[in-house]
Amino acid sequence: MTATNHLRVRLTDTTLRDGSHAMSHKFTEEHVRAIVRALDEAKVEVIEVTHGDGLGGSSFNYGFSLTPELDLVRAAVDEARNAKIAVLMLPGLGTIHDLNQAHEAGASVARIATHCTEADVSIQHFQKARKLGMETVGFLMLSHRTTPETLAKQARIMADAGCQCVYVVDSAGALILEDVSERVSALVTELGADAQVGFHGHQNLSFGVANSVYAARAGAQQIDGTLLALGAGAGNSPTEVLAAAFERLNIHTGVDVHGVMAVAEDFVKRIITRMPIMDRASIMQGYAGVYSSFLIHAERAAERYGIPAWQILEEVGKAGYVGGQEDMIVDVAVQLASGARVA
Amino acid sequence: MAKKTAAIVGSGNIGTDLMFKIMRRSTNVEVKYMIGVDPASDGLARAARLGITTSAEGVDWLLAQDELPDFVFECTSAKAHEVNAPKYKAAGIHAIDLTPAAVGPYLCPVVNLDALEDVLNVNMITCAGQATTPIVAAISSVVPVDYAEIVASIASKSAGPGTRANVDEFTETTAKALEEVGGAKRGKAIIIINPVEPPMIMRNTVYAAIPADAAEPGELQDKITAAIHDAVTKIQDYVPGYSLRVDPQFDTPREDWNGNGRVGVWVQVKGAADYLPEYAGNLDIITSAATRTADLLAQRVDATNLPTPVGA
Repeated sequence: MTATNHLRVRLTDTTLRDGSHAMSHKFTEEHVRAIVRALDEAKVEVIEVTHGDGLGGSSFNYGFSLTPELDLVRAAVDEARNAKIAVLMLPGLGTIHDLNQAHEAGASVARIATHCTEADVSIQHFQKARKLGMETVGFLMLSHRTTPETLAKQARIMADAGCQCVYVVDSAGALILEDVSERVSALVTELGADAQVGFHGHQNLSFGVANSVYAARAGAQQIDGTLLALGAGAGNSPTEVLAAAFERLNIHTGVDVHGVMAVAEDFVKRIITRMPIMDRASIMQGYAGVYSSFLIHAERAAERYGIPAWQILEEVGKAGYVGGQEDMIVDVAVQLASGARVA
Repeated sequence: MAKKTAAIVGSGNIGTDLMFKIMRRSTNVEVKYMIGVDPASDGLARAARLGITTSAEGVDWLLAQDELPDFVFECTSAKAHEVNAPKYKAAGIHAIDLTPAAVGPYLCPVVNLDALEDVLNVNMITCAGQATTPIVAAISSVVPVDYAEIVASIASKSAGPGTRANVDEFTETTAKALEEVGGAKRGKAIIIINPVEPPMIMRNTVYAAIPADAAEPGELQDKITAAIHDAVTKIQDYVPGYSLRVDPQFDTPREDWNGNGRVGVWVQVKGAADYLPEYAGNLDIITSAATRTADLLAQRVDATNLPTPVGA
């Protein structure tokens, strides 16, 4: 683990997907065009554009999109000169039908996400994505919930199904330093030349960028970030900080650091409706290991039922709810509210 | 009346749970045959120990028997049922299909059994469909429902290989049934598989868009709540572990809901633990619904058919 010389990673910017949570899924076509144009000019190679919860995410449970996500994907494809446009999908929420439509809209990278121990639900989707000729990425969400060994076995299931890069996804921002490198190393050992390894970090405990460095040094070749850290929970590893820090550490990304700093400052800062912040609720998510996208839903429930968001999130953590179970937040809030009255 | 006879085709988790369910709870049906394809299956071994005639030679063996069953419960896969359905029909056997094949109409026994004319082949939707279509139907009996959405959460240990390999079929079938059985103009279904230990009991959340005036406290809202409670009581008659976690929650209209309000219903389904433990309410609700369907159909057949001649 000495030389970081000659390490290369590909940065994927997911402002227009993970950042969609912080925007309550209200990105417009103009936002997408401006951000994609700037990221493309700054030589970011992959740009993800989808509802925050992936294809088909527009719903009561996760929030409705202001603009249909396929319109946003088409706008992104239209603007990108060199960058590939990626879409996210969660089996059980999105379907192969959605994937087909995204492919027709011009998306060329399919990122398919499952809970970290349930990779086998994604097999038919990887097979389909490869048949469509799409590049494939697998997301093992809430990776802190299982051991490096189990995670590596799950990564193998995805790789065998046709996944070309499996990500350790720290959806709760709960992993710290060696937690990341041990998981990435286990995947690198398991997958060998069969697939790459990636890392997706969150800032709930403020380790997004440091964890990404640990991931790269452990052999990760794809790293996610968002401009201005815009994203679920306390936000993601900021793309512009990743680019700057990696350059200083001689980890080659090919990204123009000035370019990504400029779009974060000059455009994203102007349009966002809430600045990602490490506050009591989002820190609790990292501390208790709770899916970052639950934050805004917990804040809404807090307002309606009079229970602090951090307390709802702590209970959600104890119950072991996983990504996609946003519906349980109201249930927990109502239970807490009635319990509070009883006590 | 004499009990009707049934064959269970498919000796996996669902077929085995169904066998116990019929033996312990059916009033009008008894299991005569258990058919599998794997001689080593646990389900076939249990059936044989209980004195049921078993075979690992599939449906063709069943149809070659002198005494054919009145009912067949299909617990295999959608593909297998598509092949088997015409054979059952030719033999005049009622098929109750627990796969997502949907050769026959979607059926939830407390919602639309009486309205169906042709019941020679009926489809039991999915576990989530059985848990949620009666709630959506209850709401749409009071107000028009432009859109209904459900989130089903099941324990990882209760999700068999069939479910895992076919999550798209699961969500698409359930969504269609929210429209065809539940009466929503548009349906959407989401399934989440949760591995937490101890395993979580099956949960279903139903969200329905409702007109703005129904989202405010008042007579309309009270009617919706009453209809939901009434549906729950009817389901509890054959799924005792079915219950509401909290009272229905009403949300006032929002612009991003097309000016509609919303009602949310949080359901828990604790299984009877006839085969898998009680967390597997997903298994329980579909086998219970299939058993109830067979009992009701048996009555209907007896009421409409001439008595079978003695000695025939």
